[in-house]
Amino acid sequence: MIQVLAFYLFATLAILSAVLVIMSRNPVHSVLWLILAFFNAAGLMVLAGAEFIAMLLVIVYVGAVAVLFLFVVMMLDIDFAELRAGFVRNFPLGMLIALVLLAELVFGIGAWRAGSIDLAPAGATEAAPMAASNIAAIGQVLYGKYLFLFESAGIILLVAMVGAIVLTHRDRKDTRPQNISKQNRRRPQDATVNMRPEIGEGVQL
Amino acid sequence: MEFAQSLRLILPEEILSIGGLVLLLAAAWLGDKASRAISIASVALLVAAAAVTVPTLSGGAMGPDTQAFLGQFRADAFAAYAKLLIYVSGAAALMIAPRFFEQFRAMRAEYPVLLVFAVLGTGIMVSAGDLMTLYIGLEMNSLAAYVLASFLRVDNRSAEAGLKYFVLGALASGILLYGMSLTYGFTGTTSFAGIHAALTGQLSTGALFGVILVLAGLAFKISAVPFHMWTPDVYEGAPTPVTMFFSTAPKVAAIALTMRVALEAFGNQADAWRQVVVFAALASIVVGALGAIGQSNIKRLLAYSSINNVGFILVGLATATQAGASAMLVYLAIYVMMSIGSFVAVLMLRDAESNQIESIASMAGLSRTRPLLGWCLLVMMLSLAGIPPLFGFWGKLVVFRAAVDADMIALATLAIVGSVISAYYYLMVCKTMFFDEPADQVKGASDWAHWALLLIATLFNSPLGYLLTGWFDNLAGKASAALFLAA
Amino acid sequence: MHPILIIVFAPLAAAIIGGLGNKALGSTVVKSITTGALFLSCALSWPIFLGFLGESYTPTVVPVLQWVQSGSLSFDWALRVDTLTAVMLVVITTVSALVHLYSWGYMDEDPDQPRFFAYLSLFTFAMLMLVTADNLVQMFFGWEGVGLASYLLIGFWFRKPSANKAAIKAFVVNRVGDLGFMLGIFGTYLVFGTVSIPEILAAAPGMAGSTIGFLGYRVDTMDVLCILLFIGAMGKSAQLGLHTWLPDAMEGPTPVSALIHAATMVTAGVFMVCRLSPMFETAPIALMFVTFIGAATCLFAATVGTTQWDIKRVIAYSTCSQLGYMFFAAGVGAYNAAMFHLFTHAFFKALLFLGAGSVIHAMHHEQDMRYYGGLRKRIPLTFWAMMAGTLAITGVGIYEVGGFAGYHSKDAILEVSWARGTEISHFAFWLGAFAALLTSFYSWRLIFLTFFGKPRWAESEHIQHAVHDAHGHADSEHDNPPAQEDAGHDVAHHVPHSDHGDGTAGYHPHESPLTMLIPLGVLSLGAVFAGYLFNPQFLNSEGFWKGAIFFNENLMHAMHAVPLWVKLTATVVMLIGFGIAWLGYIRDTGMPERAARQLGPVYSFLFNKWYFDELYHFLFVRPAFWLGRKFWKVGDQGIIDRFGPDGAARVVALGSVGNTRVQSGYLTTYALWMLVGVVGAITWVLF
Repeated sequence: MIQVLAFYLFATLAILSAVLVIMSRNPVHSVLWLILAFFNAAGLMVLAGAEFIAMLLVIVYVGAVAVLFLFVVMMLDIDFAELRAGFVRNFPLGMLIALVLLAELVFGIGAWRAGSIDLAPAGATEAAPMAASNIAAIGQVLYGKYLFLFESAGIILLVAMVGAIVLTHRDRKDTRPQNISKQNRRRPQDATVNMRPEIGEGVQL
Repeated sequence: MEFAQSLRLILPEEILSIGGLVLLLAAAWLGDKASRAISIASVALLVAAAAVTVPTLSGGAMGPDTQAFLGQFRADAFAAYAKLLIYVSGAAALMIAPRFFEQFRAMRAEYPVLLVFAVLGTGIMVSAGDLMTLYIGLEMNSLAAYVLASFLRVDNRSAEAGLKYFVLGALASGILLYGMSLTYGFTGTTSFAGIHAALTGQLSTGALFGVILVLAGLAFKISAVPFHMWTPDVYEGAPTPVTMFFSTAPKVAAIALTMRVALEAFGNQADAWRQVVVFAALASIVVGALGAIGQSNIKRLLAYSSINNVGFILVGLATATQAGASAMLVYLAIYVMMSIGSFVAVLMLRDAESNQIESIASMAGLSRTRPLLGWCLLVMMLSLAGIPPLFGFWGKLVVFRAAVDADMIALATLAIVGSVISAYYYLMVCKTMFFDEPADQVKGASDWAHWALLLIATLFNSPLGYLLTGWFDNLAGKASAALFLAA
Repeated sequence: MHPILIIVFAPLAAAIIGGLGNKALGSTVVKSITTGALFLSCALSWPIFLGFLGESYTPTVVPVLQWVQSGSLSFDWALRVDTLTAVMLVVITTVSALVHLYSWGYMDEDPDQPRFFAYLSLFTFAMLMLVTADNLVQMFFGWEGVGLASYLLIGFWFRKPSANKAAIKAFVVNRVGDLGFMLGIFGTYLVFGTVSIPEILAAAPGMAGSTIGFLGYRVDTMDVLCILLFIGAMGKSAQLGLHTWLPDAMEGPTPVSALIHAATMVTAGVFMVCRLSPMFETAPIALMFVTFIGAATCLFAATVGTTQWDIKRVIAYSTCSQLGYMFFAAGVGAYNAAMFHLFTHAFFKALLFLGAGSVIHAMHHEQDMRYYGGLRKRIPLTFWAMMAGTLAITGVGIYEVGGFAGYHSKDAILEVSWARGTEISHFAFWLGAFAALLTSFYSWRLIFLTFFGKPRWAESEHIQHAVHDAHGHADSEHDNPPAQEDAGHDVAHHVPHSDHGDGTAGYHPHESPLTMLIPLGVLSLGAVFAGYLFNPQFLNSEGFWKGAIFFNENLMHAMHAVPLWVKLTATVVMLIGFGIAWLGYIRDTGMPERAARQLGPVYSFLFNKWYFDELYHFLFVRPAFWLGRKFWKVGDQGIIDRFGPDGAARVVALGSVGNTRVQSGYLTTYALWMLVGVVGAITWVLF
């Protein structure tokens, strides 16, 4: 009973906060709503017994991604009024489409629930319970059955990283970055020189 | 399923991924000075990958022996056919790039590396035997592609192209993922074979949602109408070598992937998706043709041309027969060569300051000022229009024949009408080149690599191409047989 | 390799080499190649013919290629060699080779000689295809091939509007006949299930008396098929009704007239009727129709021929008339007589045309006989050749002894039509006899006007032109090929504005070069001896024909048994005709004009060719133009263009504009459309 109540609480809050993400006028508020949505999703995960994923959601999405978003939103000088204008212009049609899609989904899932079309049972997607802990189970799957996909996903991340660097990095001539290896290579004899200047002559550097 | 066996089957992917990583290190150490050498090494990687792929195709590999990682990955003849086309496109995009970027002083060592990873992603796409593999391959290719599209940072259009592609691509990924999750939810499996087995008889509404959403997500990648709108903007804005790559490798991969998903995973439900594919095919043909009319930029025109061509390819898919699949593969090969030829020719249009020329008006009288280039472009345009002595006609013919054999005569007729409309703008380009007063803007010498690629593509599309028909029919037949094994 | 392959394909090869090589090879090379190929064909043809004459040669069929394989329709491309083909082979290759040679001289100054010779060879190939046909489709190929070559050659001087018109007229009138021929072929295939000629002929007797629905009526199958096929023959052989193109075809160069419009192509219709003779024998009504049309043409053309002034037109009408003889011979069942006349006629009519060409050549392209006269002394060799031709065509000969070519063949036709003994054959006999009188009259009229009397060419514009404007026809309104500007004679007689009082205006015609005289000589031999030599085989020998045509033994016996007056009729009317011509054009040269004035309406009726052209213009040409204009303005521009191409183009343009609107460049729009697409697809599939 408690579980059911918790599920509906988390689910409702998740959907509500997701709606508010796109509805709120202030982008900072949007990000905050987004964080709330993540938290609720994490709660749903806990209910489903996937504690590790719940933790990941909180740590990675809330702790890193959402905070990064916040920084970006606050640092970038974006004219939100202008963006909003486009949103308003397309709003009626967008809403219409969303409603149609929603209606169809409800119709489709509802029809399935009602059992008029008898197909795969609702529990078909349920994974067989594992003896191992969550983390161990995930590790086994990732490095066993899904090794290929896991490694490939690694390459995707690498590509994304390379891409981000390629698009943003540039050699700036007006900065003076620290070059540690150069500093380490430097010997005293390179840096200092003994001179014996004549009186009244000065030093030629 | 032995682990060693799996590793052996993904040999081309291993070559590309390990080689790509090594080249990335090389790029990091050696810097942009080495970009030409890294390009050459990348081409060598593609050649090596192609070399190990050829036996798979010529041997007509299919069945359980070709499944790696519990069926997540397929190394069958169908995948090999698509991969060879992809490797050819990738190599072409590598070969023409240095000369192009050097004029902007923008050639960087990351370009070949990213391209290798993009090719790797497309290779994984065509080998997918599982929705997850599909998504991994798609994203690997997409992420590399987003970066490549905006590779020319100095050009605002390039940056805009990359951004548009990225945002819309993310949306398409969302649609695709949603469809995949619905499919998983209603079938209980992500493997194509499992889905194929689960989706028999009357289709549940939810599964139908899944099928349509997955296909919609893929339709974005192949730029079928109405998911095509990014294409003209991105093709125009992206650097020309990248545009050439976009119009070939990812398109081949996405079409091959769509064929696998539609014919293999959803093969039992052809009646459910056929009308959608028919609509997309006809809409692509018509919109591709209408959109191209009135374009003044040759790259934009070619973008619409590729939308148009995708429509013809989808005609083959709509038949849902093996003959149709085989026809699609033949068409794909010809389409790749036509695209390579057209874009290389566009790349060779430079003015006296060696700036790229993209406006069609500047090509006026090209046949007199640069006769060889003009004639090559003429062959490309007429081949794209599908005018008989040229090889482009063969592609259209086999697709239409497949449609007629599948009793889809109305579809074939409408497609032919559409091809008449599209002939208009191809002929407009030819008219501009051959009958207008020379604008005399095209100057400047071209790289030997450009000429070599252009001449190969021209020869391929010339009537000499018909010498290859028997060979192509054989290969496409083997490849499509692998696809229809499950059915 | 069977010699027939060389015979047929050597002209084609020559035509291809000459036509494609054209200016690159130069006219001498092309002329040598084409002429050489024709003489080769000719040299190979005669042994075959002589083999059949000696009855030592058996008919064969030489396969070339498999041609069509479509459902139940299947036939090969094969060359058939039997007696009928052999006769045509020697006629075609001999005349063609001689015409090629003749053209060296006649076309000497034309700048487009390679094209001319290539066309001539192409024509020869097509004609050979026609006569070697083993099935109706192959025959039709040859049939259309010669039509094409004829069109090209009539319009050879395409800068001349009248030549173009004549070429188009010939083509269009032939299409009418071809429609009949095609319907005949379709019908034959429908009835017999094959287009192979031997199979059809074998099956034809079994079909006699069956009926078929045609245009809503039940009619006799064989009659309707044969009449349809004969309509094709009428078009090609210029029979009454579809004859109007032949006189106009004289716009082509004279060698062309000799080859195509006298000796070979126009006889294709006769050949076709003879080839299909077993089929025609099963169709009595069709045969009556053939006889009637043949006899009527024979008379009609002869009457018109008596009034014409243009030397080539006289011969053209004469050709038309002689073809009439051949057809009514076929119509009464004497196919061998028809073929015999075809054979002899080819020699003497080609001779007459080439002789006329020689005269025209000498007279600086003047073709009006009123401006000739007294040429006997100026061009004696041509005169004697023309005499041989005239003696042959009028049928000069002595009963029981022998005579010139026409004597044997034409008299045989008249006798056989009497011997047949039916009403229609007697009708044909009387018409034919009267036409023979007219033939004699107009032939001698031609000779007398041209070669006798005093020179009258001072009035001729062509001659004045030649004399005054000796050097170069800079003014290109003179469209004929640069005519004879033989420097020697022009300089020698360059005496402007001097009337010598002898009607010559200082112009002295000269004999033609050797290349033109040799063909005249060879053909003269044919005109003199062809009838006498080949008479027994053609008329009496079943062993010669070997079943190539329907040979009516009884009819041939009856022919020899006709009353003496019948046998003498032809000779008598010939003498009467000669007498009238002599009276009118030698004795009393004013008489023809008086007669023409007295006969007023009759004369203009004849002179205007029975008003056929005017009638056709009123009946067909004007309504066709009216209909065409309606289709053009209302149907094509008003409906098809408006809703078809133009309308489609407008829709396309609108669509293009619409697409540009949608393609706004805004991300939100694009994303929106993607979602619209997804929702639309789901909605569509769902419902």
